[in-house]
Amino acid sequence: MMNHLPVIIPVALLFFAFITFLCGLWRRSLLFPLSLTGISVSLAAAVLGLVRVLQYGPLHYFLGGWAPPLGIEYVLDNLSAFMSVLVLLVAFLSMIYSRQSFLKEVPDKINALYPLLLLMLAGMAGIIVTGDLFNVYVFLEIASLTAYAVMGIGNDKAPVAVIRYIILGTVGACFYLLGVGFLYFVTGSLNMADVASLLPGLYGSRLVIAAAVFIVIGAGLKMALFPFHIWLPDVYTYAPSGVITFVAPLMTKVGAYILIRMVVTVFLPEYLNNTLPIMSIISWLAAAGIIVGSVMAIAQKDLRRMLAYSSVAQISYIALGIGLANPLGLIGALLHVLNHAFMKGCLFQVSGGIRYCTGLWQIPQFRGLGRRMPWTMAAFTVAAISMVGIPPAAGFFSKWYLVLGSVQADNWIFVAVIVLSSLLNAVYFFRVLEKVYLGEPGENPAVTAAVDPPGSMVMPMITLAAGIIILGVINAVIVTNILQPIASSLS
Amino acid sequence: METFYSIHPLIALLIPLIAIGLIVLSGRRPNIREFWTLAASIAMFGTIFLMLPDVLSGRYPGISLLNVSPGISLAFTVDTAGIIFGLCASALWIATSVYSIGYMRTLAEKKQTRYYAFFALCLASVVGIAFSANLLTFVLFYEILTIATYPLVIHKETPGAISAGRKYLAYLLTGGLALIAAAALTYHYAGSLDFRSGGFLSNLPGEPNLMLLFVLFLIGFGMKSALIPFHSWLPTAMIAPTPVSALLHAVAVVNAGVFGFVRLVGYIFGPQLFHDIGAWQILSIMAAVTIIISSLLAMFQDNLKRRLAYSTIGHLSYIVLGVSLLSADAWVGGVIHLVNHAVLKITLFFCAGAIYARTHVENISELNGMGKQMPITMGVFTLAAIGLVGIPPLNGFISKWFLGQGALDSGLWIYMGLLLLSGLLNAGYFFPIVRRAFFMTSEKRTRVSEASAFMVVPLVVTAALALMLGLVPDGIFHFFKLASDTATSIFSGVAR
Repeated sequence: MMNHLPVIIPVALLFFAFITFLCGLWRRSLLFPLSLTGISVSLAAAVLGLVRVLQYGPLHYFLGGWAPPLGIEYVLDNLSAFMSVLVLLVAFLSMIYSRQSFLKEVPDKINALYPLLLLMLAGMAGIIVTGDLFNVYVFLEIASLTAYAVMGIGNDKAPVAVIRYIILGTVGACFYLLGVGFLYFVTGSLNMADVASLLPGLYGSRLVIAAAVFIVIGAGLKMALFPFHIWLPDVYTYAPSGVITFVAPLMTKVGAYILIRMVVTVFLPEYLNNTLPIMSIISWLAAAGIIVGSVMAIAQKDLRRMLAYSSVAQISYIALGIGLANPLGLIGALLHVLNHAFMKGCLFQVSGGIRYCTGLWQIPQFRGLGRRMPWTMAAFTVAAISMVGIPPAAGFFSKWYLVLGSVQADNWIFVAVIVLSSLLNAVYFFRVLEKVYLGEPGENPAVTAAVDPPGSMVMPMITLAAGIIILGVINAVIVTNILQPIASSLS
Repeated sequence: METFYSIHPLIALLIPLIAIGLIVLSGRRPNIREFWTLAASIAMFGTIFLMLPDVLSGRYPGISLLNVSPGISLAFTVDTAGIIFGLCASALWIATSVYSIGYMRTLAEKKQTRYYAFFALCLASVVGIAFSANLLTFVLFYEILTIATYPLVIHKETPGAISAGRKYLAYLLTGGLALIAAAALTYHYAGSLDFRSGGFLSNLPGEPNLMLLFVLFLIGFGMKSALIPFHSWLPTAMIAPTPVSALLHAVAVVNAGVFGFVRLVGYIFGPQLFHDIGAWQILSIMAAVTIIISSLLAMFQDNLKRRLAYSTIGHLSYIVLGVSLLSADAWVGGVIHLVNHAVLKITLFFCAGAIYARTHVENISELNGMGKQMPITMGVFTLAAIGLVGIPPLNGFISKWFLGQGALDSGLWIYMGLLLLSGLLNAGYFFPIVRRAFFMTSEKRTRVSEASAFMVVPLVVTAALALMLGLVPDGIFHFFKLASDTATSIFSGVAR
């Protein structure tokens, strides 16, 4: 049973996606409980897997009994176990949260929405647990196609916004596939561990360089690394607010995961930097993305758009950590994957909650909401403080490791960028907090009549907000036990 | 010197944190809410005071909690320097709690629950800063303090207060971030962040860029200690209610910055290294410039609280100067001025607040005849002003004496002259206030009408404390012995 854990994580979601669809045709009321069950089963498997991996080391599962490199292998190691717990935990909370939101915003589409969301999560989980390069592509397409679909279900502008995402996302997937194809030409294998063991002898090959470049660009497009971020703001703005609570915290993280996996498992970072300065390019693009994203976020009046640009900046933090190619930088990146999933999950849930209760999303209209929606705004405040990087919230600690990593790399410009962006974060978050807490409600009936959204929406927000503080306090436990072993492969 | 396991530092930190919960829960019942504030301040002071005998005998209570970063734990050690700051802040919190009750109720301020809750959070951070055993713990509480003070600065929620809040955050968050970068660089060089008297940065491998490190620290601590050119947030923040200006912007927050310099020179770099890289010259010149310029600027302020704010900027730099001169006497003078200035300045702010609460007068030009109307308040104000000018028998004289001794020890006559000049300038901006109050008359002020006893008693008590510290510098709290022990532990084995 324990050996099956790697495969249970995606398969349970896949299975429940179909069950949910069929049962949903019969009774719509079954959609939500079945979806939640599916996520719970996967989450349980992921948690069990993480515990087991930490105790006994990586778990390998050979699909259909075919041993690698011929067969497809699913691997739970520190990195994939950590990522799958993270993705499914946030997905679990978002699932609870989004039920009311879907019923209000897109009541007639939920028959399609729930199965699609489960399929998307199955795709993400598959990308994370598989140890096979081509299999990553398959799951990537599952996740992407379903993501296009769920994000296109929004208001009138959503399908148009998604078109750009489809084009760029498809390009990204193609780039990735091309890269994998080249690697297959050279090594004759698709298994990550196998490829990794074959590559050192082949590092002279130009095909390997091309493969690395293609894969990095593909992953960069998927994770919205600057300047490939242009698809992101529109999509995040117009998709249903329930859907965004899944996509925003998770989808870009999976792109980042692909990049991390390539760096940690497949290629050697020295190789990536010595032949072509790929890692340096990633980190410099990331530094630019941090500044551009933060500045653009300041310019936004629409809360969802502000959060979207903020995501661009935060994703760049992760990319910066990866690009530093030293253990502390990677720890910072991985920790920020976790922290940012919690923070952005919380922030987008709050944004959706405000929209649910008041129909508002323009920040200037939020005057006085603090008194009307105390719990929602408390969650927002915690997440905002964490985004600025104030301890004991989690955001401080990922920043701490990123700064340590930059110092270790002797790159003072990156330190300056991180510092500057924290200040920019403070500007756009305190602007909202000022409006919310210090503004008078005035005449706006939407605000004066506002109350906190129902408990099923508030609880996930509060849980994530509490999680942000807890993650901050116990960050050293996570870093020492889970992340350091991953990062040590870089030293 | 040795460190022994004790839960006391943690209790001192937890008391205000628990009080926050109780304050919020009893938000609808003001009397109970204020009781919690007062109880917490007394309990916190008591807890810290109980650690005093051990610290004096060279045994430091310490506790190490969970790791906050691999190899760096959340750790507290109550050493001689830490307990000076901790005792000073917690003792004055008691006075401020009583004073707050009078002030906030007289002026019928809104959102008092928020006010008391964040006040307690600020004090918790201050204790965390005072007792932190390593730089990362220090940074954590330093950052929390920045954010915890923000709601107090914008308390009035007027456009002016909100823009003051923005300025406040812009300055102090920048400082905090510079400090984070400095901590990261320190860790990179030394592989450790534990404070050690005499410094832990000496004998580093490689060629560390210590000047860059110093500049980062300078920005980090300089912002909070309002060193010129990082000072302009402080006068602006005077828009906060007076108890906030009194305890936080004359004692706790700004002293946290100054205390950072104490840790920097004595416990991170160490005097030898600080001297060798020439950082002491930069720091002492900046402090000297700050002392003169702030005193000159103070003279042009008509708003009483702003004048006091500029005076604060100058006196904080006395401490920075004492720390940067790297002689044992100057160190003692600087560290003891941390306490002496705090006691005197909080008294002055209390007076300014009492005047405002009673008469709504904020400007010095309207103070004519105030000595007749509020004789106790203005009498106490005069006493505290004399103290800051540095005239015996008040405590301000003691610190100035040792600062001067230290300057002479180092052969730096110019700083001795600077101290004398600054005393004159202090007189120049304080005595006109006294003259207006007592020697000029106004028709509306003939009857005696003091502010509420909740305000008058604390200001009398703090003034009495200032007098006591001047007459018996080593009484009750043994601040003098603590300061000289600190100096001994840092300078032992250092040849200058």
